[in-house]
Amino acid sequence: MTSDPAATPTSTAVRPEELTAVPVRHPGRWVAAGIILVLLAQLAHWLVTNPALNWSIVGKYLLEDSILQGVERTLLLTVIAMAMGILIGIILAVMRLSPNPIVSGVAWIYIWLFRGTPVIVQLIFWYNLPTVLKSVSLGVPFGPSWFATDPQTLITQFAAVCLGLGLNEAAYMAEIARAGILSVDEGQTEASAALGMSKGLTMRRIVLPQAMRVMIPPTGNETISMLKTTSLAFVIGYAELLTTAQIIYARTFQTIPLLITASLWYLFLTSVLTVGQYYLERRFARGSLRNLPPTPLQKAFARFSGTREGSR
Amino acid sequence: MTEVTSTGTVTGTPMVKAEGVHKHFGSNQVLKGIDLEVAPREVFCVVGPSGSGKSTFLRCINHLENVDGGRLSVDGELVGYRQANGKLYELRDREVAHKRREIGMVFQRFNLFPHMTALENVMEAPLRVRKEAKSEVRDRAEKLLARVGMKDKSNAYPNQLSGGQQQRVAIARALAMQPKLMLFDEPTSALDPELVGEVLDVMRGLAQEGMTMIVVTHEMGFAREVGDTLVFMDGGVVVETGNPREVLLNPQHERTKAFLSKVL
Repeated sequence: MTSDPAATPTSTAVRPEELTAVPVRHPGRWVAAGIILVLLAQLAHWLVTNPALNWSIVGKYLLEDSILQGVERTLLLTVIAMAMGILIGIILAVMRLSPNPIVSGVAWIYIWLFRGTPVIVQLIFWYNLPTVLKSVSLGVPFGPSWFATDPQTLITQFAAVCLGLGLNEAAYMAEIARAGILSVDEGQTEASAALGMSKGLTMRRIVLPQAMRVMIPPTGNETISMLKTTSLAFVIGYAELLTTAQIIYARTFQTIPLLITASLWYLFLTSVLTVGQYYLERRFARGSLRNLPPTPLQKAFARFSGTREGSR
Repeated sequence: MTEVTSTGTVTGTPMVKAEGVHKHFGSNQVLKGIDLEVAPREVFCVVGPSGSGKSTFLRCINHLENVDGGRLSVDGELVGYRQANGKLYELRDREVAHKRREIGMVFQRFNLFPHMTALENVMEAPLRVRKEAKSEVRDRAEKLLARVGMKDKSNAYPNQLSGGQQQRVAIARALAMQPKLMLFDEPTSALDPELVGEVLDVMRGLAQEGMTMIVVTHEMGFAREVGDTLVFMDGGVVVETGNPREVLLNPQHERTKAFLSKVL
């Protein structure tokens, strides 16, 4: 029997000596990075020093009252149009999955019609509807009416934008909701049925909450897209963010600075929505992930406190 | 009505009675005339090769599938239909749902609701379907989870549980509606072998408490030990019925012999 410890490598945990080798060089990467940095520096220099860009004007209008009101209206339009879209979209999705051919057929035609025509056309259409629709009334079909009004007073610029964007969005949301509903395992509805749950209850309590997880990423996309689409309101002159910027540069001829002002706001708002989407996805991942991913705040905290949790 | 079942016990109305039950999917005849009777408090095991129609028959009992021919009744009432003036009327969705409350079902793939904790899974139906008081339901749900040995996992989501644990929660969920009949559709077939025992233990306990159970299974040991009646199905018909210990030891029919020689 030998007493040499080196002869029994299994019993002693000696770290093997680390290799010292010259790593492969990547000169191409350095060249590419260099060229791109030079180009970026040029762009930055042009942005900062070009007097025509008038950064002081951008700064002046960024927090100007009418621009802020435009931002507020853009946000309001986004919220209303998306709320309409999601609500009507889910109803349309449930209708499309109905065994009644009339019900599913109507939903199909709605989606076909609103997806098949440009939103901008729909906006103009809703705004001009009063020219062909002389009165709106509520009553028995083909019978007496209890309430009638002139559509001119009903369809304001704001209402026309809401209708145009919301009803158009519903067609897209319907397809997103339908995909979400179909993604839920059939066993779930079977288990609900076996427990004596009605179809409506099953949809509300079991299917839709699970469909949400599939629906949220595309719905987030739609919301971000909607925020920008509200700028189409300019065709009927509703003063949201872009229209407000246009009104100002029509007067001052500072076109580019005001477009930059509007763009900075759009970028800021979409960034906020992106963060919101992350937290919403995290919330609806309950039950599908064993461990929820850490929030950026938790990650930052973990990094400061020195645990490795945040580095995953 | 008093009669003697195959197990020799004298009973009143059978819990489940099937007379010439037929079922087809398109041109595929799955059930070709099933006749059988399940007495209250009986543990009724159904075995057979895959495709023999045993799961389909089980799903007919709570009307997850509708019967195409013959008569099927639970506790003296027709499944899925109402008889009046010599005519059959299909039941409305709401009426079907109402009847299903009294029949618990456990699935091969558990089908727990993944967005709810174990406790919420068990509480869901009594709360939303029966609209019982929350404190009462919580009490009962906690007791049921304790009974299936899942008390310390009340707040776990299904995907944090093993297959055996999920199936035990699923059994508790079905029991929460206080059913008079429990249907088990191959409850251990999707489980790792070492997890089968814990689920069978829970089922054994249920049987001892006198629950009427219809169990579609491949667990011959369970059938022999706990079952009162064993039915062997093949090709959409009942081939052999009897006391599980006798049928498994001494099958009368050639097809039963062939099947058992493969699985035992």
